[in-house]
Amino acid sequence: MTYFLQQLLNAMQLGSIYALIALGYTMVYGILTMINFAHGDLFMVGAFLCFIAATFLKLPFVPTLLLSMAGVALLGVAIERVAYKPLRQAPRVSAVITALGVGLFLENFTLVFSPYPQHVPALIANRTWTIGGVSISSLQIIIILLSIALMIILDLVVRRTMVGMAMRAISWDKSIVPLMGVPLDLIISITFAIGTSLGAAAGTMYSLAFPVIDPYMGILVGWKAFISAVVGGIGNIRGAMIGGFILGGVEIMVAAFMPSTYRDFVAFGLLLILLIFRPYGILGKPRPQKV
Amino acid sequence: MKKGMLLFTLMILVSIAASACGGGASDTIKVGVVAELTGDIPAVGASCKNAAEMSVQEVNDAGGLDVGGKKYKIELFIEDNAGKADQSASAAQKLITQQNVVAIIGPNASRYAIPASEIAESSKVVLISPWSTNPKTTLDAKTNAPKKYVFRACFIDPFQGRVVAKFALDNLKTTKAAVLYDVASDYNKGIAEFFKKTFEENGGTVVAFETYTTGDKDFSAQLTKIKDAQPEVIFLPNYYSEVPLQIQQAHRLGIETPFLGSDSWGSAELIQLCGADCEGYYFSTHYAPDAATPQATKFIEAYKAKYGQTPDDVAALTYDAFGLFYQAIQSAGKVDRQAVRDALAVIPKYEGVTGNLQFQEGSGDPIKSAVILQIKDGKFVWFANANP
Repeated sequence: MTYFLQQLLNAMQLGSIYALIALGYTMVYGILTMINFAHGDLFMVGAFLCFIAATFLKLPFVPTLLLSMAGVALLGVAIERVAYKPLRQAPRVSAVITALGVGLFLENFTLVFSPYPQHVPALIANRTWTIGGVSISSLQIIIILLSIALMIILDLVVRRTMVGMAMRAISWDKSIVPLMGVPLDLIISITFAIGTSLGAAAGTMYSLAFPVIDPYMGILVGWKAFISAVVGGIGNIRGAMIGGFILGGVEIMVAAFMPSTYRDFVAFGLLLILLIFRPYGILGKPRPQKV
Repeated sequence: MKKGMLLFTLMILVSIAASACGGGASDTIKVGVVAELTGDIPAVGASCKNAAEMSVQEVNDAGGLDVGGKKYKIELFIEDNAGKADQSASAAQKLITQQNVVAIIGPNASRYAIPASEIAESSKVVLISPWSTNPKTTLDAKTNAPKKYVFRACFIDPFQGRVVAKFALDNLKTTKAAVLYDVASDYNKGIAEFFKKTFEENGGTVVAFETYTTGDKDFSAQLTKIKDAQPEVIFLPNYYSEVPLQIQQAHRLGIETPFLGSDSWGSAELIQLCGADCEGYYFSTHYAPDAATPQATKFIEAYKAKYGQTPDDVAALTYDAFGLFYQAIQSAGKVDRQAVRDALAVIPKYEGVTGNLQFQEGSGDPIKSAVILQIKDGKFVWFANANP
């Protein structure tokens, strides 16, 4: 039982990081019906900003987190303006390929500074408590609680504010809503800023939990978060959160109760089966194709 | 138009003729290096490049290498494989066909050395990997016979796995071990299996044999499983960029057993990334900078003076790989790919920085000894020797 609880805690930690990144994918998809494949690399940039803030500026945890989120939000908005906006009327494939290109650019841009893996200093004093055989670290608690708090705030913003209402309206129809006086570009920029800053928050927490970072760290995690978003129903914010925790849980539990070599094979097999029965994801709804 | 075609054909013919010569016409010997300059283990590539440049500079400063009564300068071509298996193969191909090198040194990690070695073997060009310890590097994938053109400057994993397993049993007096390794990497997988085999043959039990894939950062599921199996020692035959994460996460889960590693730990980066978490643990490797022979001391001093750091095992082995090449080409007496290969295979004894070596009959694997180092006060300290 303690073994299961310990693994459940591991799953919560991994799942909350996947969920935070998945939110970025799902928000951009919801508003632009475009998959921002550079998002995993923005997550990496978030981790590197955290490293810079913690190592060179010697900032404590909260300012580091805010700096990383703000920096990546600016970068996300800039990328949208420079790379995606000119392609808004182009076929979706062009935008997706551009996103892949932006991702490669970010990886190799970081690579120019240093190809070496970097060590992120511990910003949070690491304490481990053992309760009934289950080890809980201060870092795990902070990651899980902070992720959940960020997700609740996001959910409130999207459901209860004017900006959130505008976002939902634009994701419903991009051509009519601007005619009603909703500033399309501004709302899209805000969406990018929020989505990418959540990715940066995930990057910061990830680099504290796993303090060796490198320019390629965003690829694998980005893919997994994207899969989480699809499983939850891409475009649906609550779905992305659920999807992140499901993927984290399945990955950890497969490794926990089966030979760990089978982990990815079984985990993604299960997710494929899920998609057979719910092709639009858990909370996704089929979108009618406009002809 | 016709003239243009003729000129074009002529140019192609000339370039084919030039490439067929194998670079023997000029007064330079062209040597290629394929190293991991970027990718997941850049410290390995950097050490390899440093040692290669230093070795070549030493020879050129001394006026060149005397081959068959004529002085040759060494010309070095360094290619990055970006930590990718396919780029490793294409870098080797480029060095062979475009730069016309006589021999290739590198790649270092087995997962890159194996694909590059296939290219070298089929092009009949000598390739010496300084640091690749997986047996497959020098073995033909189909026939399992030794490759003719592929050599290495280091010992191989069955030996290393045996050394670490014996160390865990005899020196640490442990009988229950756990292993966590990267199943997607040739080196890690090979050595983990050899460790398990020797450990179990000698009375120990491997209570957990867990895997992950390259790029993973979260090992909590596997480590929780390992903790549950209650081992007395944990073996991590993984690269220096991953080991710190594994040990830190293990400590966070409350695992307090000693950890053991293999030669992939031996980069100064390990200590920088791991900090106090790695203190007191052991790993097997190729040489100990603090217990060096006079020859090694000379190399270590020169390297320190040039780069301001103690050379790690990759640097020392790269230096030895170049030394092997020089000795082979000198005893061959001519700058010719085939002659170098034939001379290298029968080198009677080479006294290198990492000890004496000699190739086994009909194989590119040398007979060499290993050392066990301990991490003490943030330094690698000699602990024990292990002979073949």
